Amino acid sequence: MSSLSASASTSGGDPGRATLRDGFAVLGVAVRREPWIFTVSTLGSVLFGALTVADAWVLGWSTNHVVLPAFHHGSTRAGLVLAVIGLFVGVALLRAVGIVARRLGAGVMQYRLQATYRREVTAQYLRLPMAWHQRHPTGQLLSNANADVEAAWAPIAPLPMAVGTVAMMVIAVVQMLVTDLRMAAVGLMVFPLVTLATLTYQHFSSPLFTRIQALRAELSEVAHESFDGAMVVKTLGRETEETERFAEKAVALRDLGIKVGRIRAFFDPMLEAIPSLGVLGVLGVGVWEIRHGLASPGAVVTIAYLLTIVAFPIRSIGWLLGEFPRSVVGFRRVSRVLDEPVETTYGQARLSDGPGGAGLDVSGLAFSYVAGQRLLADLSFTVEPGRTVAIVGETASGKSTLTTLLTRLVDPDAGVVRVDGTDLRDLAPGELAGQVALVPQSAFLFDDTVRDNVALGADVPDEDVWAALRTAQADGFVAALPHGLDSQLGERGTTLSGGQRQRLSLARALVRRPRLLILDDATSAVDPEVESRILAGMRSAANGSTMVLIAYRKATIGLADEVLFLDGGRIADRGSHAELLDRNPAYARLVNAYEHVEVAHD
Amino acid sequence: MTDLAAAGTVMDSGEEISAWETIRRGAEISPELREGFWGTLALALLGTGGRVVVPIAVQQTLDRGLKGPHGVDVGFVVVMAAIAAAAMVLTGVASYLMTARLFTSAERGLATLRIKAFRHVHDLPLLTQNTERRGALVSRVTSDVDQVSQFLVFGGIIGIVSVGQVIVATLIMLVYSWQLTIVVWICFAPLFASLRYFQQRLSDSYAVVRRMVGSMLAAVSEPVVGAVVVRTHAIEGRTQARIDEAIAEYQAASTRAQGLTAFSFSLGGVSAGLANALVLVIGIWLGQGHLWAGHLTSGEVLAFAFLVTLFVSPVQMGTQVLTDAQNAIAGWRRVIGILDTPADLDDPGPGGVQLPHGPVSIEFDHVDFAYPGGPPVLRDVNERIEAGTRIAVVGETGSGKTTFAKILTRLMDPTSGRVRLAGHELRDISFTSLRRRVVLVPQEGFLFDSTLYANAIYGDLAASADDVRAAVTELGLADWLDGLPLGLETRVGQRGESLSAGERQLVALIRAHLADPDLLVLDEATSAVDPALEMRIGRALELLMSGRTSVTIAHRLSTAENADEVIVFDRGEVVQRGPHAALLAQGGVYGRLYDSWTAQQSV
Repeated sequence: MSSLSASASTSGGDPGRATLRDGFAVLGVAVRREPWIFTVSTLGSVLFGALTVADAWVLGWSTNHVVLPAFHHGSTRAGLVLAVIGLFVGVALLRAVGIVARRLGAGVMQYRLQATYRREVTAQYLRLPMAWHQRHPTGQLLSNANADVEAAWAPIAPLPMAVGTVAMMVIAVVQMLVTDLRMAAVGLMVFPLVTLATLTYQHFSSPLFTRIQALRAELSEVAHESFDGAMVVKTLGRETEETERFAEKAVALRDLGIKVGRIRAFFDPMLEAIPSLGVLGVLGVGVWEIRHGLASPGAVVTIAYLLTIVAFPIRSIGWLLGEFPRSVVGFRRVSRVLDEPVETTYGQARLSDGPGGAGLDVSGLAFSYVAGQRLLADLSFTVEPGRTVAIVGETASGKSTLTTLLTRLVDPDAGVVRVDGTDLRDLAPGELAGQVALVPQSAFLFDDTVRDNVALGADVPDEDVWAALRTAQADGFVAALPHGLDSQLGERGTTLSGGQRQRLSLARALVRRPRLLILDDATSAVDPEVESRILAGMRSAANGSTMVLIAYRKATIGLADEVLFLDGGRIADRGSHAELLDRNPAYARLVNAYEHVEVAHD
Repeated sequence: MTDLAAAGTVMDSGEEISAWETIRRGAEISPELREGFWGTLALALLGTGGRVVVPIAVQQTLDRGLKGPHGVDVGFVVVMAAIAAAAMVLTGVASYLMTARLFTSAERGLATLRIKAFRHVHDLPLLTQNTERRGALVSRVTSDVDQVSQFLVFGGIIGIVSVGQVIVATLIMLVYSWQLTIVVWICFAPLFASLRYFQQRLSDSYAVVRRMVGSMLAAVSEPVVGAVVVRTHAIEGRTQARIDEAIAEYQAASTRAQGLTAFSFSLGGVSAGLANALVLVIGIWLGQGHLWAGHLTSGEVLAFAFLVTLFVSPVQMGTQVLTDAQNAIAGWRRVIGILDTPADLDDPGPGGVQLPHGPVSIEFDHVDFAYPGGPPVLRDVNERIEAGTRIAVVGETGSGKTTFAKILTRLMDPTSGRVRLAGHELRDISFTSLRRRVVLVPQEGFLFDSTLYANAIYGDLAASADDVRAAVTELGLADWLDGLPLGLETRVGQRGESLSAGERQLVALIRAHLADPDLLVLDEATSAVDPALEMRIGRALELLMSGRTSVTIAHRLSTAENADEVIVFDRGEVVQRGPHAALLAQGGVYGRLYDSWTAQQSV
């Protein structure tokens, strides 16, 4: 893969030739990956080619042994008639076998390769760190796994036929050379001419295909984002502007498509005409040779016939090469994902999974999204096992970022996060998730049942799922769904409100009985009454687990044993809610905001 | 955000439309496809004619020019070569024009289809929370359309040429021998007859393939869209398993369809073999006078055998095209399926009522609402809100507050009853006017992957950076903006995720403020910002909204305390209404909500 990208970058010069070389390199990858199916389908194709020639032989045999004698003698033997039918049908049936082997083989190979690469790309998505995901638009990533993979393996469909054609061409060329060198020389001119035409075609179309492939991804990005933001689009009546944004890409794609069409329209008839020109050339030379007694009419017939036979299939090589630009671009885009180094490294350390909460220790933590603009600077605090800590701070003070650091979605620029005394970076893969659960601000639900959305594939008895739903105050609406735990969520299922989604997301964390639970304003869409019931339930169900709460609401803060007041990227103060209210005016101003109004009004 | 949208809108899969109906509808949606169609067809026939002339000329030359009674007939060869060359030039020009025209009309038509479908998605109701299957929806305006375009430009050319070639070959065969022509057609009859059956099977299997593409895209989007959940719960294995399953299902469906394709394609070859054999055998009988009057010579029989090959290859190419067509039509159906899904909100268009400027009064008249097949969400709501009032709407989870807001802003139409804004029936107001004068700020402030500035002016595309800064200052958010190193040029990331949820809400508010509406509806629009900032924004909005109408849905009753009037929802009905103090005195639902609120505050 990397060799391919390397050759592409070093080739410089002629893009058409580079595409050709890279296209063959992609095919090489395909053949190495699926050697057996490739062999079967190629054999099928060769069988097909051989029988195409055999067909001509059968026609010749029938002409000489049946048709001509029949007209000559005026009678035919029944056995010969049957032989003619048998031969034609037999060859046709075998040819059908060849076709099925070739086409099914090509299909199987193509779909297997697509599946393999889709698996690899998605596996890579799962391996790559959050930071990488944040840098790449959703639409582009989806395009890599879908359209680009498809494009990369598009040449597989015509591949066996092209290889079969090459085999047929070799037979035809040898036969032509044996029959008559001069005529063969003229006839063989066809091959370099076709190659030249194809290369020229590539030279003009290749850059367009590159652009088309990129535009497809951009189009998909726009569609994705726009549908994501459908609510905003609707509420602000921006449908027309959004459609214009999409249309801009669609029209660009259209214009490129038309341009490609013009180029194709020019080269297609040319590729078709070259073999015919070859035949005319052979006829010209043939007539001259016959007149000078250098060749027999039969030789001319043979060579002209061989040229006509290869004339049509030769285009399959054109089809194959025609797929190259798209394929190379697709493969390169896919490879860029696959070659991305996976930065997150893991250690071997494991956490004890005994009862009780986990201890959390943060020291000297620093993090910035924009270089030089520190969001968190030298942040340190510890949370004893089983304690509940609320982190309070202004909007955009870095609270959510802190939760991503605590759960190692991102690694800090400096400093260490330790759970039970172990640096998160030393933990074995999956170890942290087994003990620590994060409930993010916006809930993501899978297109799956309620049960699977809560259990996430873990082997959890239904009672536990219901218990978690109860604590999250989600049991009521889940029980009211048409199929209870088996209700399907997503496009073809039920749509849930924001608050309901948050509660399912909370139940998802609770059912795993984490030793450290981190809630990032996870009940913001739930109304106060329900929220207080959730908090009360969690207080009793927490059975010793450590909790870190990001919250604004005093009821949520009130659940905490201790409050950390985050200000200016560090812990400005810590203590009980009452203590902080008492001694920290900034804190009091922040959390008591609602009361001030009350006072002002009363 | 607290209503249970039980059924929602189910997207029309389009699978029940027949193939011809699909093409007819497709051509109707994209009129470009029909433009110049006959011209293209004429060119195709012209090109085809030429394409048949060349091999016949060659065959004639070989047959008569070289092996004539007096040896080589140079004159005949030259004439034939000239005819062939002329035919080649003609074919070349005709096929250039045809291909170029076909590409142009196909690409133009499909761009239109794509754009119309995209627009229609935005006209569909309640799409908003269905984030899970968005990938499938995107696939309809991207890969499904690509499938159609690939087919139209490649399959279309081959299809037109093939049909033309079959016709021309048949005509020439008829000139030689009508009896043998019938024989050839009879040999292909089973193939043509079985086409229908195979097309149906292929159509079914390609419908499965297209559906699998959709679910595969949805599965593939999980590790991308749900990256945080996948990581924090370490369910990479399970996610991969689900993706692998979807990929395997797609692979299996495609392979099945391919097997069917290969088999149906191979049938043509068998017919061809049979036709070749029978042409020779029956040709001999005809020549010997066993059947009808014998008038065929051996040369004619052999020439006819050659014509059969001219007939066979386009038939095979044609069946191939029909096969690809099934896949393309399956994709086409899915796109048309979007357009066939009724956008249940009808825009009266430019002919609709234009809302006059100035504060808007609201009138709900016996309004009921229920999702299709679901329980009633709103029951007999009758409220009149005077222009220029500040209203707070409160109620428990599921009481119907958000539905009220959605109906008020016409994101949904009521099941029965009427809503009037400034005395005009809501359904009669043109969308352009409605969306400019009435703005809803939802809880989740969605941002586009661009700069803060670009996102802010989504509310008023003409706003300059200074306008945006002024709006920010008026909302009391200047400190926040100054704190951003790049200010308005800050990139917000995908879905605005480089900003916090609270900051996204701030941007949504700036947007709404720039939109300068006469009626502002806030649905939990500041739920994610800190209390101090929320209060500050609340006070700023109060000033900004003076003289206009505002409806605020809030969990935090501090908002209700500041409103002119409070409307209390309970189980889909309005149970109380009046100023905060009066309601507090009444007790009831409001009293209970208030107690719960103050209990939380007193911690």
